[in-house]
Amino acid sequence: MIPVSYYILLSAILFTIGAVCVLIRRNAIIIFMGIELMLNAANLAFVAFANQHQEISGQIFVFFVITVAAAEVAVGLALIVTIFRSKRSIDVDQLSSLKG
Amino acid sequence: MTADLIIFLILALVAVGAALGLLFSRNAVYAALFLVLNFITVAVFYLLLNAPFLAMAQVTIYAGAIMILFLFVIMLLGTKKLKTRGENHWQRRLAIGLGVVLLGELVTLFFIKGQRGTLLGDIGSKFGGPESIGIELFNQYLLPFEITSILLLVAMIGAIVLTKDN
Repeated sequence: MIPVSYYILLSAILFTIGAVCVLIRRNAIIIFMGIELMLNAANLAFVAFANQHQEISGQIFVFFVITVAAAEVAVGLALIVTIFRSKRSIDVDQLSSLKG
Repeated sequence: MTADLIIFLILALVAVGAALGLLFSRNAVYAALFLVLNFITVAVFYLLLNAPFLAMAQVTIYAGAIMILFLFVIMLLGTKKLKTRGENHWQRRLAIGLGVVLLGELVTLFFIKGQRGTLLGDIGSKFGGPESIGIELFNQYLLPFEITSILLLVAMIGAIVLTKDN
């Protein structure tokens, strides 16, 4: 038997690593992986609370999060491929065309 | 220390280690494989938390489909290592500092509150199985389910339109 706060702490650590990954990496694909890591950390918290309250809705919500993540990855990777075609690079620091 | 706690700690160590591997690996393929390891560890956590159906969905959709898509795009764009310029860039230091602050806040909350919360464990084999999830999904959450299908259709069309050659 493990206290619910341990799972929440683990979820917080994973979320922070994902956020730092989004902030410090320059490769657009790895930034996307950081977003996936954050979504996954939130899912872990959802499932832990679903178990605590014995309420299946928390697990249903994780399904919706997974679906949104799948849609996001499909569109995001298509965007990356398109950007790579025109710029020949996926370094986010070089994508400064909209800079004012 | 009970056996449950030891299993939890080992799995948590693997999950955090894989996440750090994602954060620091130079090669995008290694990063993707670290993320797969992290997803599979989280799936084992789902099994411990009475969510067997969700654990299997996690392995097939996340570790399977989504990460294959990632690896496919990495292979498509080439696996050359991106040059690491600006090692001591101020943005990088600021980001790490802010990350430490965020983690510090969360951990402080955890220790100050001192509440360990309810003990989680096995709560009946019916909970989290395909049957209970299906009943809840198609009764209570039918409309969100249908909206999700429209979202997937839009994402599919969007991906095709974006990558279409002019």
